[in-house]
Amino acid sequence: MPMYQYDTHDQAMVDARVAEFSDQVARRLAGTLSEEQFRPLRLKNGLYLQLHAYMLRVAIPYGTLNSRQMHMLGDIADKYDRGYGHFTTRQNIQYNWIKLEDTPAILADLASVGMHAIQTSGNCIRNTTADHFAGAAADEVADPRPYAELLRQWSTFHPEFDYLPRKFKVAIIGSDTDRAAMRLHDIGIQVVKNDAGETGLKVYVGGGMGRTPMIAPVIREFLPPLQMISYLEACLRVYNRYGRRDNKYKARIKILVHEIGADEYRRQVEEEFAHILTLGLEPPPAELERIKGFFADPAFDTQSADTIDRSDPDFALWVDQNVHAHKAPGHAIVTVSLKPAGGIPGDASADQIRLLADLARDYSFDELRVTHAQNIVLPHVRKADLYAIWQKLDAAGLANANLDLIGDIIACPGLDYCSLANARSIPVAQKISERFADPARQAEIGELKLKISGCINACGHHHAGHIGILGVDRKGTENYQLLLGGSEGADTSLGTIVGPGFSEDGIVDAVEKATQVYLDRREDGERFLDTYRRLGVAPFKEAIYG
Amino acid sequence: MSGERVKILTGNDLLTGDVTWWTGNGWSRHIADAAPVGDDATQIAQSEEADRKVVGAYVIDAQSDAEGLRPAHIKERIRALGPTVRLDLSLRPNDPAASAWIA
Repeated sequence: MPMYQYDTHDQAMVDARVAEFSDQVARRLAGTLSEEQFRPLRLKNGLYLQLHAYMLRVAIPYGTLNSRQMHMLGDIADKYDRGYGHFTTRQNIQYNWIKLEDTPAILADLASVGMHAIQTSGNCIRNTTADHFAGAAADEVADPRPYAELLRQWSTFHPEFDYLPRKFKVAIIGSDTDRAAMRLHDIGIQVVKNDAGETGLKVYVGGGMGRTPMIAPVIREFLPPLQMISYLEACLRVYNRYGRRDNKYKARIKILVHEIGADEYRRQVEEEFAHILTLGLEPPPAELERIKGFFADPAFDTQSADTIDRSDPDFALWVDQNVHAHKAPGHAIVTVSLKPAGGIPGDASADQIRLLADLARDYSFDELRVTHAQNIVLPHVRKADLYAIWQKLDAAGLANANLDLIGDIIACPGLDYCSLANARSIPVAQKISERFADPARQAEIGELKLKISGCINACGHHHAGHIGILGVDRKGTENYQLLLGGSEGADTSLGTIVGPGFSEDGIVDAVEKATQVYLDRREDGERFLDTYRRLGVAPFKEAIYG
Repeated sequence: MSGERVKILTGNDLLTGDVTWWTGNGWSRHIADAAPVGDDATQIAQSEEADRKVVGAYVIDAQSDAEGLRPAHIKERIRALGPTVRLDLSLRPNDPAASAWIA
C-alpha cells in the first residue's frame, strides 16, 4: 500500500508511550497522582474530560489510514465507546464516551495498528494535516506526503517544542488547489516547482482561525526541501522565544507575526535559520528518499476502462458531485460524504467505519483519507468499480451526493459535547441540511461551503465558510451570528459578520434568504462566493434584515 | 423561570467520566437525586476529589420546583441530560419532553 509503514523505532516509541500512560492511569486510579498532576499527562495522550465523559482524540497523520487501521477505529467504537466515532476538522477521530480505565487498552489496540493519540492536545505541534487528495489528484504539482511524514517524525516528542506558548498546527499541500485550508494554519506549506522544474517549499506563517482570524503571509517563497526541518526549527524557535505566554488569547504565532510584522519575523527566522544550518539537523537525503519510497504509486490498472456507465441517474448524480479526477487513466477519487440530510456532520457508526475500511481494501489499494471537511476519501479507485462502490455505500446510508454543496456542512461538536462551547452547532447543521435536503435544490445552488462553530475557538471553521455561523451565549441563551464571504481555498478570505444574531430557527431562515439573493442575482458561472464578492454585503443584509 | 433558587454540586466520575450530582451522602448520575449545598460545598468537593469519587467538582445554580431540579444554564441542562442530538444516548432516551427541558 502507498503509505508510510512504522519501522522498529516508530513502534518502540508508541509501545513505550502505551506502557508509560498505563502506569500513569494506574497511579491516578490508586491515588498517587492527583487530578492536577494527571491532567497534563492525559491531555498529552489525547484524553480530554468533556461535557458528558472522557473524550479520546486519536491522531491520523495527514489524514491517511490503511484498511486495518480504519477497521480498528470501528472496533474501538464498538468495544469501548457507544458504537460511533466523530471525524474532526483536523483529519482526526474522536470518541465521546471513553472510560478512563479503558484508555490503556485502547491505546494498546491503536499501537497494534501503528496509531496513537500523542500530541492531539497541549501546547505542542499537533498532527500535521494535508491535502486529502495527495498522491492522487490530477492537478498535483508534487506529492506533499513525504514532507508531511518527515514533519511527523520531526515534531513527535520534539523536546524543544513540547511547551510552546500555545498549540501549533501545520498543514501541507502539493497543488495550487488548496484543499487543506493551508493559509489558515500556524504554518502552511505548499510544495511547488520553480521555472527550472526544481521542487521547493513555499512557506506561510501566522495564519489561524479562533477569536483572531488571520491569513498567513508568505515568509519564504522557495525553500529547498532538504532544508525544511532547519527552516521550521527556526520558525518555531523564534515563536518559542517571543510568543506571548502572559495572555493565552494572544499566544498563537499569528499574533507574533502580526505584531512585529512579516518582514521582521522573516528577518529573525532567516537569522536563526543561518545558525541552525550549521548544526546539521537535516536528515540525510537518503532518509527523505526512503520515506518517498513508501509513497510510490500503487500498481494502477491503466488499461482499465476510462468511461463510466451513467445509466443509473442517482449514481450519475453522485459521480458528478463526489468523484474527482485522478492522475492515472481509468481511475478516480471518491469522496464519501458523512453528511446525510438531518445527520450529524462527521459522525460514522462502527459498521460504517468498517464498511469504508473494507471498500478501501477491496477497491482503493487499501488506503483511505479523512478530510478536514469531515468526509472520507477512497483515493485510488478504478472507474470500472465506481458503481459497485456506490451501491455498497448507498446500502449503508453513505451515498450522499452533496460534496461541497450546502448540505456538506462542517460543524464542530458544539454544546452537545464540548465543554468549551457556548452554543450547539449540530442541531443548526441538521436543520439547514433538512431545509435544503432536495438534491435538485442543492444542485441549483451549487458550490456553497457552510461552516458552523459553537464558540469563538472556531473548530467548525466558520471564518472560512462561504456562509459561516458562530454560536454565542447571549445571557444564557444560544444565539447565532451569520458571516458571509469566507473561503479556505486558494482564494482564502475571512467572512464578515452581517449583523445582529439569530435564534436557532432564525439562523436557518437567514441562510435561506442569503441563498435566495444569490439565486436572484448571480451571473453565469458564479458560485455563491463569487456573487457575494461582486455585490458586497448590502443586498444580502437587506434581504436578511429588511 | 419560577421556583426556588438553589445551589447544587456537580462533577464527573473519575472512572467513567459520567456527569454526577452530589446527593448529600454520595453521587448520582441523575440530577433528580441532587441535594442543595450550602457553604460546605467547597469542603465537600475537596474531600470527594481527594477520595477519587469525583473529578473537577463545582457548584452551579439551579431552580427547584414541583417538576424537580433544573440547572439555570443551558450547558448544565445538557450535561444533566446528555447530547440533545443523540437522545438515545441520553438519560431520558424515551422521553419526548426531554428536548423541551433543555430549551
